[in-house]
Amino acid sequence: MAQAAAATPNSYREGPDEHGHFGIHGGRFVAETLMPLILDLEKAYNTAKDDPAFQAELNYYLEHYVGRPSPLYFAERLTSHFGGAKIYLKREELNHTGAHKINNCMGQILLALRMGKKRIIAETGAGQHGVATATVAARFGLPCTIYMGKTDIERQSPNVFRMRLLGAEVVPVTSGSQTLKDAMNEALRDWVTQVEDTFYIIGTVAGPHPYPAMVRDFQSIIGVEARAQILKAEGRLPDTLVACVGGGSNAIGLFHPFLDEPSVAIDAVEAAGHGLESGKHAASLAKGRPGVLHGNRTYLLQDDDGQIIEAHSISAGLDYPGIGPEHSWLHDIGRVNFVSATDQEALDAFQLCTKLEGIIPALESSHALAHVGRIAGKLPKDHIILVNLSGRGDKDIFTVANALGAKL
Amino acid sequence: MTVARIDARFAALKAEGRPALVVFVTAGDPDPETSFEVIRGLPAAGADVIEIGMPFTDPMADGPAIQAAGLRALSAGQTLAKTLDLVRRLRETDSATPIVLMGYYNPIYAYGVARFLTDAKAAGIDGLIVVDLPTEEDPELCLPALDQDIAFIRLATPTTDEVRLPTVLRNTAGFVYYVSINGITGSATPDTGAVAAAVTRLKAHTDLPVVVGFGIKTPEQAAAIGATADGAVVGSAVVSLIGAAAAEGLTGEALAARVHAFVSTLAAGLRGAKRSAA
Repeated sequence: MAQAAAATPNSYREGPDEHGHFGIHGGRFVAETLMPLILDLEKAYNTAKDDPAFQAELNYYLEHYVGRPSPLYFAERLTSHFGGAKIYLKREELNHTGAHKINNCMGQILLALRMGKKRIIAETGAGQHGVATATVAARFGLPCTIYMGKTDIERQSPNVFRMRLLGAEVVPVTSGSQTLKDAMNEALRDWVTQVEDTFYIIGTVAGPHPYPAMVRDFQSIIGVEARAQILKAEGRLPDTLVACVGGGSNAIGLFHPFLDEPSVAIDAVEAAGHGLESGKHAASLAKGRPGVLHGNRTYLLQDDDGQIIEAHSISAGLDYPGIGPEHSWLHDIGRVNFVSATDQEALDAFQLCTKLEGIIPALESSHALAHVGRIAGKLPKDHIILVNLSGRGDKDIFTVANALGAKL
Repeated sequence: MTVARIDARFAALKAEGRPALVVFVTAGDPDPETSFEVIRGLPAAGADVIEIGMPFTDPMADGPAIQAAGLRALSAGQTLAKTLDLVRRLRETDSATPIVLMGYYNPIYAYGVARFLTDAKAAGIDGLIVVDLPTEEDPELCLPALDQDIAFIRLATPTTDEVRLPTVLRNTAGFVYYVSINGITGSATPDTGAVAAAVTRLKAHTDLPVVVGFGIKTPEQAAAIGATADGAVVGSAVVSLIGAAAAEGLTGEALAARVHAFVSTLAAGLRGAKRSAA
């Protein structure tokens, strides 16, 4: 039976192929200097993945250090506010360090240790991935350097302070738009320079193969738990899954274990910034086209000449001109329905969730909640929506205060 | 022409017993006309091969000097089509100097690979170096380029081991570009002893000329590299000079003259390499 399942031709969970491709997307587009290291990483990950000792160690830390499983919570007040579908929140914001990012960082640092690496680097946008990386580096005693755009350093100062407290060196990136894409360029430059002993913990399901698959696997714990939890709570699978997408790691983590369930509709929410027609957004699927950046082919915001266009979102975590290659493929084949929400819609959802549920969501997750607000009221009361609350909004209070004209 | 033009140039240099000076500049830097003046005069100043950078917003393997050059060119309106035009103009007066385009894949992918190769060949381009296309992605551009008789010049690096090297060299033509350091362009100065050992190692696997780049900034360094390699690439130092001259307000022939004077000193340095090697 297991063999027959593995050979199922129509599975959405079979990818990537041996070259790291999801349809036309993915691949390994990096400088030759990095290739031998990436091939080593692929080998090491494939071995670790199948090693029960590695999985046991990872599960130990996920339970006792990260705080898993995260709860699945029935959002009764949001449900009654919209007056339609039942809304469940997967509470990734309750993880140690406040977001789903730690799931992946824990997996990658254990792999780094297994490979004998001596130094950790990472890029960060909102700082959640940077904090998670700095946290695991502190826990396992490895020096850590985090690249962060100067603009993001200014708008995410609490997280910068946290990273520094954790012992990480935070390097401001002043090239380009000074945001996440430029931080990723600098991290790649660092990796090329100190390639022998450095492990690069990429924070999302992007980058050269095997990162998109590896990060997805580490994040799939979200969907695995959510599946069991909703079955326990409701005795059946949800009707609709919703998650926000920047690079897309929280989204793929929730979606992946449900992709082969035809009854489950899946909506992913891109950041529409000031609006899809404004030119100031981060909606790479809605407004981009396939291209090659940061080691993979995927949908990118770019001009006619193939130059990358700067993204905009009120949420630093979504402010990226690309998206993970598996999402691009799921978009191409129509398995996932990609929609968007504006800065204003996210801000409204942020306040609504805070006031009704006593949960301050991250601005990233607020994009998902904004979409839920648009659909829940129109759906029948027995419809189940399961939303990934990927992170908590404490880090965003300065941005939100600024947008609402409040002084802190 | 194309691959043949590169082969002919290295054969001639070998007959002279002299390593090649490969000069890198970014197309359209600091503006299209000045860039044309700079590049047009490079052969007379002593460049044996011209490497022209195709500007890209996100050059992940380049250091600050080449990043800045790319942004100067892009803000002056440079596009890939204009870069091909630039080469077409150069070919009106120079049919002998090999011209290699260097850059990243996305602008080529956006232009369309088939259309790009047709236009590149028509413009008179001999080779391509595309930093983010390792051998694993050969079907993207390397194999179609070879079909068009355009050399796809591969980078070999200190991390490319003996096992991987034959794969890396398999579809390479024109010359092999040895990246002398682990790092970005214009950063650390290469260790000439280690470079010499690497060149010897590469030559055991290929009959192609081996050209060394990344981190060579002075005539003396070029000479030291040229004592063992078939050529030395100087990029960031030239591009920094262009940036500094542009910041002083120089343009056109005045800026080009300054670049050509520097390139002449590099060429003289490499001719010194011939003497010490002989």
